[in-house]
Amino acid sequence: MGLTAQSVRLESLKDIYEIEKGDNQYVVALAGNPNTGKSTVFNYLTGLKQHTGNWPGKTVTSARGEYKYKNKEYIMVDLPGSYSLFTASKDEEITRDFLCYGNYDAIVVVADATCLERNLNLVLQIAKLTKKIILCINLVDEAEKKNITIDRQGLEKELNMPLVLTAARSGRGMNELKEAIADMALKQTEAEDFKNISYLGYEPEIREKVTEQNYNYANELKQKYVKEDIAKLNRDKKIDDIITSKKFGIPIMLALLGLIFLITVQGANIPSQILADLLFGLQHKLDGLLISLGVNDFIRGILADGAFRSLAWVVSVMLPPMAIFFPLFTLFEDLGYLPRVAFNLDHLFKKAGAHGKMGLTMCMGFGCNAAGVIGCRIIDSPRERLIAIITNNLVPCNGRFPLIIVLSAGFFAFTGTFVDSIIPALFITLMVVLGVFATLSLSYMLSKTLLKGIPSTFALELPPYRPPQIGRIIYTSIIDRTIFVLSRAVAVAGPAGAITWLLANIHVGDLSILIHAANFLEPPGRMIGLDGFILIAFIAGFPANEIVIPVLLMAYMSAGTLTDFESIDSLRQILLSNGWTPLTALNVMLFSLLHWPCSTTLWTIKRETGSLKWTFAAFIIPTGLAFLVCFVTAGLYRLIW
Amino acid sequence: MKLVDVGVGKTVKVEGNSACDYLRERFLALGLTKGADVEVLRKGPKNNLTVYRIRGAMIALRNEESRLIEVS
Repeated sequence: MGLTAQSVRLESLKDIYEIEKGDNQYVVALAGNPNTGKSTVFNYLTGLKQHTGNWPGKTVTSARGEYKYKNKEYIMVDLPGSYSLFTASKDEEITRDFLCYGNYDAIVVVADATCLERNLNLVLQIAKLTKKIILCINLVDEAEKKNITIDRQGLEKELNMPLVLTAARSGRGMNELKEAIADMALKQTEAEDFKNISYLGYEPEIREKVTEQNYNYANELKQKYVKEDIAKLNRDKKIDDIITSKKFGIPIMLALLGLIFLITVQGANIPSQILADLLFGLQHKLDGLLISLGVNDFIRGILADGAFRSLAWVVSVMLPPMAIFFPLFTLFEDLGYLPRVAFNLDHLFKKAGAHGKMGLTMCMGFGCNAAGVIGCRIIDSPRERLIAIITNNLVPCNGRFPLIIVLSAGFFAFTGTFVDSIIPALFITLMVVLGVFATLSLSYMLSKTLLKGIPSTFALELPPYRPPQIGRIIYTSIIDRTIFVLSRAVAVAGPAGAITWLLANIHVGDLSILIHAANFLEPPGRMIGLDGFILIAFIAGFPANEIVIPVLLMAYMSAGTLTDFESIDSLRQILLSNGWTPLTALNVMLFSLLHWPCSTTLWTIKRETGSLKWTFAAFIIPTGLAFLVCFVTAGLYRLIW
Repeated sequence: MKLVDVGVGKTVKVEGNSACDYLRERFLALGLTKGADVEVLRKGPKNNLTVYRIRGAMIALRNEESRLIEVS
């Protein structure tokens, strides 16, 4: 769920090899195996909040940041994790090419202290490539917990490169690392900038020999300089025996998912109400203010009833669930649970003809589909990458979760007891399961038709469980995710609210433009158990799904229903008075789950696939699916009732 | 013997692998070189994935892959 302003920004892949630098500036690259804490080191040094997570493949584009140390400036480049310079999936290519052609002054290879033997292969490869290498053995705090001790002096001497032991999360050893980088950068400006890239072009047989030698040497180094405690090593094994077991793996996963939603729904109730009271109260004040200023009714309508009201809606409805859901999700991400989800679901993905890592990209989609689509770079087979990209949209992103949460809480829970939290939680879980089911079914169909082929192979690393850092979780999930998603929604909600109000208040003939449009869309809407207004809201939600519900409510209210909208409680009343049935609520959720990707996601798909054809496919296939599914449920509903 | 046939709890040594191109490189990159120790940790749902300890890391492989690895 690499959802940050950083990960979806445009220029992340542009011209990363030649970094512009001034006289007093040095370029420092960070490389290493996946999931060794490169981003944590990066964040600590640069003070940036690059999203971190405990799963391999989280960073698929390179991030950049700067820091100052002793009057010199350092430009840091955080490269995607890589097991070897010989292999090349899309994200690993970035690392290899940067190491070969980049103009860095120092390369810090971050290694996991708890898994040194495997990490040393890449260290030895890079050491052969350049002399500018600094070895940063990170996560020594974790290693200590597992009673792993590393003989630093011995290893440093034998490897003949600067070596620093760090625990970047707590800042241990980071000053030493800065010092080592400064030394290396100064030394290197005088030394010749030589990179021995020739050995990367060896014949496969020779490369195989090189790898074998590297690993034999790594094993030897480990025997000599690392002491382990077998009993402690088995802690993760015991947890995994349950979490990923044949019997309990999937039930535990579903239970956790349900629990997360239960806490979200239950916890969001009261803050939502408080925010709603506050903000809608403000609307009256704003109204009063505008009247006293003598602003004409039309402008006042646009500002107060249009823009402000939809803003208030987005904030009061979306903020509380997000502020609860994101930290919980980040907690599991930090622990290292996501790869276990991919592990538990792999047999299903295999049957669907999809790549095993699609489990990971799908999980990213829960955060943001655009980020999920970028994340598909970890899938190396082009066929399976396309499947993963096209189907990513079928799991609800942060923009759509609120709609599902609000509708299931607002429409299906009205008894006023604790059951009110359980029913929505079950409903949301069901929607997520349906989304996963749709992902698998569509993958299956695609791999049998448009994207024929057999599933390619893959190897999934299960990282060690790591204790989450509560402070960091709150920071990332609140500041980075919640504020990012909310500000995007707010940016769209204001204008969208104003436009909707305008459309509802400009009349052509007897009716407003909005009513004309809704009447026009009424027949197709009815056919799939929705109505014209709902379709308008979904179309309006193309730039950001977050605004579907606010636009819909505004459309309903401005179209002449009598209910004055005061609080979230009246949601159900408004919907009922506009002819909603349980089918309508269900189909709105289904349509939201399955319909076209938002504009950002589509644009990202275009960029990632480089093909208009596949972008169109990614638009039309889910849309067709949404219409089909809603048509069927509407038909069934009419048969039964 | 193939890695896929090794029972849970056993540790074996890698002899070689019959994968080609990309997958072969991937195996090697993960440390499945000749002489490497591999411990079979656990089978996952539907016996589809098996978790191995390779060079100190836990790696899950599908049967299709572990069938390509020769061990003793």
